[in-house]
Amino acid sequence: MANLKLHNINKYYGAYHAVRDVSFDIPAGEFVVLVGASGCGKSTLLRAIAGLEEISGGDMTLRGTSITRLAPRDRNVAMVFQSYALYPYLSVRENIAFGLRARKTPDAEINTQVAWAAEVLDISDYLDRYPRELSGGQRQRVAIGRAIVRDADLYLFDEPLSNLDAKLRDGMREEIKKLHEKLGKTFIYVTHDQIEAMTLAQRIILLKDGQIEQVGPPLDLFERPRNAYVAAFLGSPPMNFIEVNVSAGSVILPDGQALPGCAMPDGIYTWGIRPEHFTADEQGPLLAKLDVIQPTGARSYGTFYIAGNHMMAELDAHAANHGQTHLSVAMDRTLFFDPATGEAIP
Amino acid sequence: MIRWDRGWRLYLRVALALGITLVFVFPVYWLAMISVKSPDEIYAYPPVWFPSEFRFSSYVTLFRDGDAWAVWNSLITAGVSTVLAMAIGTTAAYSIVRFRTGGENLAIWIISQRMIPPICVAFPIFLLFVSWQWIDTRFGLILLYTAFNVPYVTWMMRGYIQDIPLELEHSALVDGLSRWAVLRKVVLPMARAGLFATAVFTFIFAWNDFLFALVLTKSEAVTYTVKVTGYFGSQSTFWSKIGAMSMLGVLPMMFVVATMQRFIVRGMSLGAVKG
Repeated sequence: MANLKLHNINKYYGAYHAVRDVSFDIPAGEFVVLVGASGCGKSTLLRAIAGLEEISGGDMTLRGTSITRLAPRDRNVAMVFQSYALYPYLSVRENIAFGLRARKTPDAEINTQVAWAAEVLDISDYLDRYPRELSGGQRQRVAIGRAIVRDADLYLFDEPLSNLDAKLRDGMREEIKKLHEKLGKTFIYVTHDQIEAMTLAQRIILLKDGQIEQVGPPLDLFERPRNAYVAAFLGSPPMNFIEVNVSAGSVILPDGQALPGCAMPDGIYTWGIRPEHFTADEQGPLLAKLDVIQPTGARSYGTFYIAGNHMMAELDAHAANHGQTHLSVAMDRTLFFDPATGEAIP
Repeated sequence: MIRWDRGWRLYLRVALALGITLVFVFPVYWLAMISVKSPDEIYAYPPVWFPSEFRFSSYVTLFRDGDAWAVWNSLITAGVSTVLAMAIGTTAAYSIVRFRTGGENLAIWIISQRMIPPICVAFPIFLLFVSWQWIDTRFGLILLYTAFNVPYVTWMMRGYIQDIPLELEHSALVDGLSRWAVLRKVVLPMARAGLFATAVFTFIFAWNDFLFALVLTKSEAVTYTVKVTGYFGSQSTFWSKIGAMSMLGVLPMMFVVATMQRFIVRGMSLGAVKG
């Protein structure tokens, strides 16, 4: 049974159509990530679910009852904000207890719950400190603690890791994933970061210009994107795109090189090759002149141009060298898109 | 050389600060001395800087004759009107900031009400008070001071409330608070410095009022500012009573400002950051 159902949600800011006919179901216990470039409406959607943003049209139900017209406090959702939104005048303990006190929970239960949340998030030692005395990572934990301490139907995360430095972010990502497994609650998580989306989600909802582009498990979206936008959004470095002509089972590149082994019917396509689909190979059919090499340790990124198209190959660290290099392409894993519409062609 | 120069400048700066403080504190000192001097010492020339004996007889007279009642009137009218103006003004400011009540211009219109020179409305208000029989009542003064201070409070609190991160309020709403509870448990604590600073100034405005108290009171509700002027007679001026009464008026203010100083300074600088 779906826990949260959104049906044709629309949101206008004046004439600006921020969210367009968005519908999806989220089953109880799922970890869903709303992802998209900034301005795609993902945060608006999350805030609409929380009741902080009035929607212009559509309906939302939570556990079978409509919550569209309910005030935020009547929706039984908990939310973690990007800025942490901790009350500077309250201790960590009181910050975590805030939602419970607002709901008139008995003191004994508050104490147990706060102690449990602090234990889970490893902040038991800081309970009597004030937010200003904590580091960014610790504040983030307190913010999460304030949400999980409540027995809510939905847990909403609005870019909770974007204020943390990269190292801390990796650690917290893992902890949030663990937390979800431990609690078994429904998580809706908003991010612009495709790595966060890929690593955390059981299901990704990818938005563009207020509309859903594609919904599905991370690997589905990664391997079978519906269109070039989704293909380009997921993956780092991003997929390479180039206009090609397929003829008699070969991909003809704009500079005239022909790569055999293509199963597509003849025609003009936008060809999508992920950087990791290239391999340095003496026998490889593609001759590329690597201009810039960016080593990351285990792998190196090599840049080259085909008839002016910027391409990037992810190669074995020692195989990536400046100058002419033969590359092979994993033809069966590359993707073809309609050059006019950008739709993927199966 | 450099060190010497720096020390010298510091010295100069402290001296200057002391000098300025002296200039401003001296009248208060002089007032306090007058209130405890003997009549001869008050009129003596060259002036007596420090009385030979502290006489508190003027204070005793003020309390015995019931004149000190005027200070009590001032306390009540200024105190109650401050509380009322703060409550109304803060709520209005919150509404203007968060719900854009009245659109872009309401806030400007409200503060423009504060800019009316009081003398312009003194006579109409007097007529109004006569017909409503509010003349010489503390109730009337309280309402009037409240009405005059609400715009100021609204304007000031609007600035402070704008500085509160919206996510703090949103978080509280999601956590289960109503709007009123958010105002009480999030907005007020967050705006505490501004709240105290504004309250102090509101109190001072009402406390210092002379015009309305003069026009609208006769005997029962007379405030200390008006009472003081009563000691200037055509035949003689009761300097020691004036001194004593003024001290009674100054002391509560000194107390308020001294205890709230921390908030006043912070509140003023907060307001300064956001225009």
